[in-house]
Amino acid sequence: MAQFQKPGWLDNGLVRWVDHRLPIFTFVSHELYEYPTPRNLNYWWNFGSLAGIILVIMIVTGITLAMHYTPHTAMAFDSVERIMRDVNYGWLLRYIHMNGASMFFIVVYIHMFRGLYFGSYKAPREILWILGVVILLLMMATAFMGYVLPWGQMSFWGATVITNLFSAIPLVGDWIVTLLWGGFAVDNPTLNRFYSLHYLMPFVLVGVIVLHIWALHVHGSNNPIGIDTKGEQDVIPFHPYYTVKDMFGLGVFLVFFSLFIFFAPDYLGHPDNYIEANALATPAHIVPEWYFLPFYAILRAVPANFVGEWATAWMGLVFIEAKLAGVLAMFGSIAVLFVLPWLDRSPVRSSRFRPLYKWFFWIFLIDCLVLGYVGAKPAEGVYIAIGRVATIWYFAHFLVIIPLLAKFEKTKDLPKSISEPVLGGGGGSASAAASKPMEKV
Amino acid sequence: MNMIRTALVAGVVAVTASMTFSSANAAGDAPHAPEHHWSFSGLFGTYDRAALRRGFEVYNGVCAGCHSLRLVAYRNLMDIGFTEAEVKAIAADVDVPAEPNEEGEIEDRPGIPADKFKSPFANENAARASNGGALPPDLSLIIKARLNGSNYVNGLLTGYTDAPAGEEVPEGMYYNANFSGHLIAMAPPLSDEGVDYADKTKATVKQQAEDVVTFLTWAAQPELEERKRMGIKVILFLLLMTGLLYVLKRRIWADVH
Repeated sequence: MAQFQKPGWLDNGLVRWVDHRLPIFTFVSHELYEYPTPRNLNYWWNFGSLAGIILVIMIVTGITLAMHYTPHTAMAFDSVERIMRDVNYGWLLRYIHMNGASMFFIVVYIHMFRGLYFGSYKAPREILWILGVVILLLMMATAFMGYVLPWGQMSFWGATVITNLFSAIPLVGDWIVTLLWGGFAVDNPTLNRFYSLHYLMPFVLVGVIVLHIWALHVHGSNNPIGIDTKGEQDVIPFHPYYTVKDMFGLGVFLVFFSLFIFFAPDYLGHPDNYIEANALATPAHIVPEWYFLPFYAILRAVPANFVGEWATAWMGLVFIEAKLAGVLAMFGSIAVLFVLPWLDRSPVRSSRFRPLYKWFFWIFLIDCLVLGYVGAKPAEGVYIAIGRVATIWYFAHFLVIIPLLAKFEKTKDLPKSISEPVLGGGGGSASAAASKPMEKV
Repeated sequence: MNMIRTALVAGVVAVTASMTFSSANAAGDAPHAPEHHWSFSGLFGTYDRAALRRGFEVYNGVCAGCHSLRLVAYRNLMDIGFTEAEVKAIAADVDVPAEPNEEGEIEDRPGIPADKFKSPFANENAARASNGGALPPDLSLIIKARLNGSNYVNGLLTGYTDAPAGEEVPEGMYYNANFSGHLIAMAPPLSDEGVDYADKTKATVKQQAEDVVTFLTWAAQPELEERKRMGIKVILFLLLMTGLLYVLKRRIWADVH
């Protein structure tokens, strides 16, 4: 049986001297050695710590790259090539950083879908979830600005397209765009401020992640069954059980990461970004990085000619331009995540006990992949129709299906405790069926 | 078993997602480049040294007339088997502007190994003026700057054919089966026996294309061999470490299961 024990080193004289003045060792002991974690977490729970490790990798490689990079429109592209060719192991640093961004999003998206499947956003973890969405937004801003720095064609044109979106905002739009650009087009001042912010934002991320983990440690992790832990028999200390499990998961992940770094370093990037930025030559298709594609598809799903030049929006009965409608849809697709804990009032967290939600979860996942696929295609022909249906489904999933499921879905009986299905012979479902339904949920 | 199911789900998601990724880059409408087996492809691929040498001869004798290679230095040729004396001689073949002399005048001096490959034109306008308004792109990164770059450039160099009946080819344009839109401003650069290979290899168009693509792939990815070598070691190490961590994990968790 797992033991919750303070580590031996807490009795060391020097440790005790320091701890009496700054209880940092007590803190570590409390949050690792004595921190109770559900005993039944599966491998989908590896992705949180994995995301944290990737952030560290990104900061370390990023700071090193910054020592060699020149944020000037005339020199940025060449300075990146100098890193690739002349800096010792510069190619390695850059390929780690470049692919690390993709890895970060893969891991965080899996982490989020894990949360959606097992209902990790539900009470009492709403703030934990909201902080996670803030982290996603910060990551997106950081990644977007980072992609501008090599000053290739996609850097430049991606920056032009995305910053122009802000001009759709009524009244202050143009002012915001000028502020982002530091002038009247994407140019040297833009590159400079993006570089500055790209360096700053990861540290803001670290701050929000500290809050995220703090919020996590108040009530502890959710688990695949989605019921609260009911005592010592349901939990094990984080260390060594989950530290070693996370380390093993990290090893598997690093193999995957290395395949990209060493054998397909440009697979996730766009060839046009190896052409230096040129304000006079627009690429045939401006495509964002893959991790933005679903959102890009939503942005473009709103018809450009929605009731002529202008579209009437019911909300507030104001006139909004089609471009603004697209921008609102795109930001709305993330905004809806903030209120998810209040859209889903089903008291059952885990999909294992929600026979209908489980199916809609998978359909939603496929919907996101379809959006990603459409986002990569030119906005023409059948892709427009697919993009619209997928966008409508995206919002319907959150705004219609989830609230309705909470009302009408007949959930399965929940097991009494975590230890029961874990310790009882057979699988979790067998013991779940054997256990009596909960009186209250 | 639960873990197998998890792995299965992860696999399906990964495959679907990777289809999404590849579609992201396949948005272009260019003809599909013909596949070719390269010495540098695969996990253990390395550049064929003889092909690199011949490829340099093709670049230097043919492409360099119009296309720059501005990110590569002459000294880099030493990484692919040219001797120091050879590199010095190659560099000295061109004249480059020197630092201002004591009178402040800029004279030419012979190139040295530390110089970057000299560009054929002084600036973009000069390049366009000599090429009917078209700009011959720099070739340092051309392989990375095109989707499936090695096959693409190889297809382009060997794709010149007569236009199909009924297709009009305007003055100053050429028909190329492997170019997007089929009309290209670059005249067919390679011809049989267009270069005299020092190693006496028969200089067919196919041979020259293969050699110069190998050379340009090296120019774009000089780190390729070191990268793959390191990758093999890193992954072997990670597999070993991960295996040990798995054993450790099983041991630590033994009392929980």
